[in-house]
Amino acid sequence: MTVNASTRQTGFLSRILNTISNNEAILGLIFVLPSLIGFTAFFAVPAVRSIFISFTEWNLLRDPEWVGLANYQDIFADERFWRSLTITISYVLWNIPIQTVLAVIMALLMNRVSNSAIFRSIMILPWLMPNVIVASLFLWLLDPTLGIVNIVLDAVGIGKQGFFGLPDQAIATIAGVNIWRHMGYNAVLLFAGLKTIPTSLYEAATVDGANASTRFFRITLPLLRPVLAFVIITSVIGSFQIFDTIAVTTQGGPAGATRTIIFYIYQEVFERRISMGTATAASTVLFLILVTITLIQNRFFRSDRSDLAEYS
Amino acid sequence: MKRQLSVVLVLLALVAIIGTAQAQDPVTISYVMWDANQLPPYQECAVKFQEANPGIVVDVQQLGWDDYWTAITTGFVSGESPDVFTDHLAKYPEFATLEQIVDIQPLVERDGVATDIYYPGLADLWTRDGKRYGLPKDWDTVAIVYNTEAFERAGVDPAVLDDLTWNPDDGGSFGQVLAQLTLDANGNNALSPDFDKANVAQYGYASNGMGGPYGQTEWSWLSNTTGWSHNNGLWGNQYNYDDPRFIGTAQWLANLWLVQGVAQPLEEQTSLGRTALFQAGNVALIVDGSWMIGTYLASEFPVGFARLPQGPEGRRSMFNGLADSIYVGTPHLEESWAWVKFLGSRECQDIVGASGVVFPAIPDSAAISLQARLDAGIDISPFVDQANEEGGTFLFPITDFGGEINTIMVEAMDRVGLGEVQAADVMPDANAEVNALFQ
Repeated sequence: MTVNASTRQTGFLSRILNTISNNEAILGLIFVLPSLIGFTAFFAVPAVRSIFISFTEWNLLRDPEWVGLANYQDIFADERFWRSLTITISYVLWNIPIQTVLAVIMALLMNRVSNSAIFRSIMILPWLMPNVIVASLFLWLLDPTLGIVNIVLDAVGIGKQGFFGLPDQAIATIAGVNIWRHMGYNAVLLFAGLKTIPTSLYEAATVDGANASTRFFRITLPLLRPVLAFVIITSVIGSFQIFDTIAVTTQGGPAGATRTIIFYIYQEVFERRISMGTATAASTVLFLILVTITLIQNRFFRSDRSDLAEYS
Repeated sequence: MKRQLSVVLVLLALVAIIGTAQAQDPVTISYVMWDANQLPPYQECAVKFQEANPGIVVDVQQLGWDDYWTAITTGFVSGESPDVFTDHLAKYPEFATLEQIVDIQPLVERDGVATDIYYPGLADLWTRDGKRYGLPKDWDTVAIVYNTEAFERAGVDPAVLDDLTWNPDDGGSFGQVLAQLTLDANGNNALSPDFDKANVAQYGYASNGMGGPYGQTEWSWLSNTTGWSHNNGLWGNQYNYDDPRFIGTAQWLANLWLVQGVAQPLEEQTSLGRTALFQAGNVALIVDGSWMIGTYLASEFPVGFARLPQGPEGRRSMFNGLADSIYVGTPHLEESWAWVKFLGSRECQDIVGASGVVFPAIPDSAAISLQARLDAGIDISPFVDQANEEGGTFLFPITDFGGEINTIMVEAMDRVGLGEVQAADVMPDANAEVNALFQ
């Protein structure tokens, strides 16, 4: 009796397991469930809630009050908001092109010269350091009075630079810090992409008389496209959200020259006033900008398809 | 043996139960402050307070200025703010508007607490429309702090500091002395035609940036000697940043480094801060607040204190004061009020005075502070003389919209200090933006 029951149970269980493993949709759902819980609790719900808050006036301490589009009108009329967008875009333009070109060069060097694990570990080391520590490190290195960089620049006759302290250098300096932090990590990703390109293609090209630059532009870059697209899209999103380096080094100064959009949002709640409405309105605008840019990039890079498929 | 053991165990258990019961009995109230130098005297106050009030334990904590206000504000939201905290005049109006700090006026009246025992005006700074948000604990003024070795190197006798004059047009004799104290690598001072601005070995002066909207230690001791004032009085709604007297002062300050080369450029001041620049030894003279006395006395060279220069309408310093406020969310209002009352009393302020770290709000306690320093051979009377002088002080310009005004004015002032614009070109717009907040 008992034996029978347990056999039946096992039979039932295995039948369920069988159905699940044969049904890819259910199986897939089970696999993404842990991540889905996190996505819902920490991303989707807060994001929707923040869009709701952007239509209210709320100082965190009293009940929110529905104000319609007033917050959007408020920030669109605020010249600091528009300036923060300009500053953010100039940061992205300093950050992304240089960072990506350097990462590609480093990946090619790794591919050619050495791909030892030690070398790769050293390259992602800056990325492993917390942003706040990287920022304070550079704050000291680039200090106008005590920083080693300025002492060296002065000694070789270039003269001291203001770096974080001058409005026309501050954004480029912050971009430089983050280029240093991210290029190694991106290089390792691109290096993995390079490894997927069959060497036979290069051999064939060499036989046909293609020189090094032709091989790079006609073979390497096109076949690297999906990885390159991933690297650029994620970097651009991260770049638009620059905050921690600024919070540690310049606090949006000098004279507002490094007040990027996220820093503007932060000040709306923590420094200028306690205005959750305008802060979330600006966040919603940033969200829309990022969605648009990402869609355009996706279209441009055709990142869902690889040219490699045509060769195999 | 076994029975003895069990008796011991039962006794131990009883002791443990009684022990926890007793430990849970007293009410603990939390108290935070930002100045680490003041922590020891206030801990001493807490001990005295606990002796007199056995049912209350005060947990004194200190947080750095940069984290302090974020912690207080987020505490309001989460309901975890400390029961009692040291409050600042630039911050409390917003807290009062948001109804996050307790109006203690009914308690003051109920207990008959005297509010006229403090320096005149200090207690009034914490009142609005008949409500009261704190009892004064200390006050501060600003004065000159100088490096005697730097004066020797420049061949200037510190005695000249007693009779300096200043005006926004040419800086008066104060401006002259700053130039005399600035030396280039060849030993020429800034008055000499051979002075090499690009190669300065010793600066006459260091500022702490451009001072934002209040300029407590940066420029208010200059601008407010011209008859100018920040706004139209306590809880004012009309600011005067477009006045030529203010514009002249701001530009004179910026020109110290932009034109004359007698102070470090703005970016160097802001990276390290005035205190570090001065303590590095190559700055002759600064102006700073009385709360910094202890820090400067720890310098590696002998430091002196002197009166401010005389402007067109005499010597004037901002008179600023801190107070202790009670968080509305405290579950222990009576205990918190008892502690605030004690902090504002002669007994605690005498303890703080004896430490010499700050000047307590009660004049007799402040005299103890001055004497404590004199006994140690240090004369800090310039700060006290400034406070006691007829018309020698003006009050901190408290108003609403502190955060907004700060954002606008820090930006505008920094642009002047960086040499991007002239004060005359940017201040009228900045002032209009500030005044628009009140409409």
